Amino acid sequence: MTTDHQMYTLNINGAERPVKDSWIGESLLYVLRERLDLPGSKGACEQGECGSCTVLLDGDAVCSCLVMAATAVDSTITTVEGLLADTVIGDTARVISDVQAAFVTEGAVQCGFCTPGLIVAVHHLLEHNPSPSDIEVKEAISGNICRCTGYGRIFAAVNAVIETRKKSK
Amino acid sequence: MTAKTSTRSRDVLGTSALRPDGVAKVTGEFSFSSDMRAENMLWGATLRSPHPYARITSIDTTKALLIAGVHAIITAEDVPGKLTYGLISSDQPVFAKDVVRYMGEPIAAVAADHPETCRRALAAIVVEYEVMTPLVDAELAILPTTPPIHPDGNLIRHQRIIHGDSNATAEIIVEGNYTIGMQDQAFLGLEAAMAFPDPGAQGVELHIATQWLHEDRGQIAACLNLPENNVRLVLGGVGGAFGAREDISLQVHCCLLALRTGRPIKMQYSREESFFGHVHRHPATVWMRHHANRSGKIVKIEARMVFDGGAYTSTSPAVLINGITHTQGPYQCDNAVVDGYAVRTNNPPCGAMRGFGVVQACFAHEGQMDKIAEACGISPVEVRLVNAMHTGDKIITGQTMESVAPVERCIRETDAIPLPPPMPDLVDALELPGGSGLTAERKNIVRGIGWGVSMKNLMYSEGFDDYATARCTLSNGVASLKFATSEVGQGFVTLAPQIARSVLGVDQVVQEVSDTQIGSAGSTSASRQTWMSGGAVDGACRLVRERMFEHIGKLHNIDPIRLLIDGTDVVDSIGDFRISVVDATEGVTFSETFEHHHRKTEDLDENGQGNCHVAFAFVAHRAVVDVDCDLGLVKVVQIATAQDVGKVLNPLSALGQLEGGIAQGLGLAVMEEIVLENGKVRNPSFTDYLLPTALDAPTVVAVMIEEPEPQAPLGAKGIGEPPCISVTPAIVAAIRAATGKALLRVPVRPQDICL
Repeated sequence: MTTDHQMYTLNINGAERPVKDSWIGESLLYVLRERLDLPGSKGACEQGECGSCTVLLDGDAVCSCLVMAATAVDSTITTVEGLLADTVIGDTARVISDVQAAFVTEGAVQCGFCTPGLIVAVHHLLEHNPSPSDIEVKEAISGNICRCTGYGRIFAAVNAVIETRKKSK
Repeated sequence: MTAKTSTRSRDVLGTSALRPDGVAKVTGEFSFSSDMRAENMLWGATLRSPHPYARITSIDTTKALLIAGVHAIITAEDVPGKLTYGLISSDQPVFAKDVVRYMGEPIAAVAADHPETCRRALAAIVVEYEVMTPLVDAELAILPTTPPIHPDGNLIRHQRIIHGDSNATAEIIVEGNYTIGMQDQAFLGLEAAMAFPDPGAQGVELHIATQWLHEDRGQIAACLNLPENNVRLVLGGVGGAFGAREDISLQVHCCLLALRTGRPIKMQYSREESFFGHVHRHPATVWMRHHANRSGKIVKIEARMVFDGGAYTSTSPAVLINGITHTQGPYQCDNAVVDGYAVRTNNPPCGAMRGFGVVQACFAHEGQMDKIAEACGISPVEVRLVNAMHTGDKIITGQTMESVAPVERCIRETDAIPLPPPMPDLVDALELPGGSGLTAERKNIVRGIGWGVSMKNLMYSEGFDDYATARCTLSNGVASLKFATSEVGQGFVTLAPQIARSVLGVDQVVQEVSDTQIGSAGSTSASRQTWMSGGAVDGACRLVRERMFEHIGKLHNIDPIRLLIDGTDVVDSIGDFRISVVDATEGVTFSETFEHHHRKTEDLDENGQGNCHVAFAFVAHRAVVDVDCDLGLVKVVQIATAQDVGKVLNPLSALGQLEGGIAQGLGLAVMEEIVLENGKVRNPSFTDYLLPTALDAPTVVAVMIEEPEPQAPLGAKGIGEPPCISVTPAIVAAIRAATGKALLRVPVRPQDICL
């Protein structure tokens, strides 16, 4: 595009990220993926129905496809790439978040396209409600569509995190 | 006393080995085809017809080409090779030239510097149409008097089955007309690809989310007029498939734009475009009449099936054959008269979706089984047990059921699963049908129970040799596997290393890129990759193991036939020689390639007789639903299932397949349908095409029935499709039980229940 060039800065995962050459109408999802090399957030519906693009905006879980990037200049943004890594997965040296680790070990990942959005949504849920009931878990992630798993292993992963966090307290 | 030593269990066959791509997928590092970027790349986009049926009188790209940032616009005139493609019949144009035959048919493609520039360019292309009346009624399409909408005619395929005594009849006769709506695969990862042109435009490399690299390559190369070797396909990360990536979508367009501009082209569909960009599950009408004796035993089945294939052939001929050859379901039947049609209309093209023709047949035959039960005064379980198929039975194509057929066990073990507790008087409103809509009332809720049992063929049929190829290289204790198998989410990348570890005694397994630099793996469809590509990996690993044993035998003067793998060691079965695989392969390399072919199958004759299928798998589902009969709202409470899996190779993966398939079958039962109005799609979005969410997910209680299949290389049957097939009729039967309504159509809509 040759018109409407703008320059602004977004606070993403604790870092100030300048956005250059952006068209003013670009969504936060587009800017994250195409301009800031943060492709973890996925686009699958462009209208806030599937949750694949979920990020935390000032601590709230939002669909980044519905946020105009330029309106997020005063916000703190956390993407799947910026979650707190505190859990070693399996016998690898890799450290990821407890929710991420549970998704792998409980079989909650198949094609994986919905996964980053779900991971962010589950982090958000457990941040605000450390011991949700089954129906509260379902309600909290009902805005994240998964086509592969039928959700059973996702519930198992969330429950595993809840149990582990309880024990570690 | 021996001290217990804790050893990490090895990720061999039979364990719940974790996905090797799991960490990359949860952190967002995994590269899906839509995540690819390249220096100097342009974006590609497609112009599509707004009309289901129209003549194109002119296409003017002049204004669009003047937009700054637009680099190329191509139409049918720019296709250098074959103007059409197609899986079975090459009848679908790369770009419509004179006529558009369905809403969304591609007409032109643009390459530009930004997706928004692409959008503006598409809007600036002027296409003049002469709109015609679309043919949207499949029954009309069968009539020879209806004008053809395509040079190949409106009848894609007609096939009958006549088996046994056509005149046989019995005391009980039940019939029904069943209708199945058009379902979408709705994978989450939208169609996406990146094409890199070779210098001089003599070749192209396409990174693509697909189910079958080699089939794509053949069709693409023909359209590009390039030798197949100059078209290299690499599997891009695939975000689900379910049949929708078996046909060509953006592949040819993307390559053409890359060759035209000399720059990498990235294309990705929006959700709306995706609804037009891939084939769907065939809507179908099925009439069935069952003749049974007083004990409920089937004597004869008559049936007529009509599959609406939409504008182009895709896999319609094969879907039709699957439908009609599964008329009887998993039940014995000596006499049958079946007539089946797959036709062309101006509706969206239909092709492969999980269950492939059997979903439609099963919805009808399971409705019929309940009618027989009712007429005979026996239970849904009894009628299915009375008729259950066994290994050795002849099916209505005259083929002998050679597969392990534990139909009775599937039914009995499902029946033995405890029912859920009744709904308590005080219940969270979110647990009621309609969930967060909060409209249902506890006092209006009626519970129903229903059954569905199914049979599904595995692999391709009718003489098709859908072989799979794999190469195994073993060196310094590391096995490296190469295959062109499409990992679409199902977990072949988890299974393949499990096979190598079991066969070779290695721990470290590297999987090379899936691409066309090795022989075909066939499609990730028809529940076939565990059997076929699994068989190829197993075969290649076994050949390498033989080479390793020969090498060790020579070095240590042992007859190789005495050697075997014990954990991660090679041991002499009758001596005390032992060496680790790592040590035994130090400094040497063994590499072998293996092709796995399933047994040959045959075409059907004019009476639908012939050994057309390779093998079969079975499953039973029992559904428990809560229904608000006044509002027509349904909540599926529990699905109990026992599935014939042959052998469980990875319990966690297997459970994921069963649960995931059940959710898709639930979708078809109560919510998912592409709504058409005179050929136009009315709901191409996730706002209007409803998919099961976490709140819709029932409790699934699953039993895996393990009776190893002798034909299968690993004893395991394919398990991908069966979960989604009979769960749909089971749920509808449960709604019938709760409401007393006939409900002969899926999806069941609120108005079907409450009006």
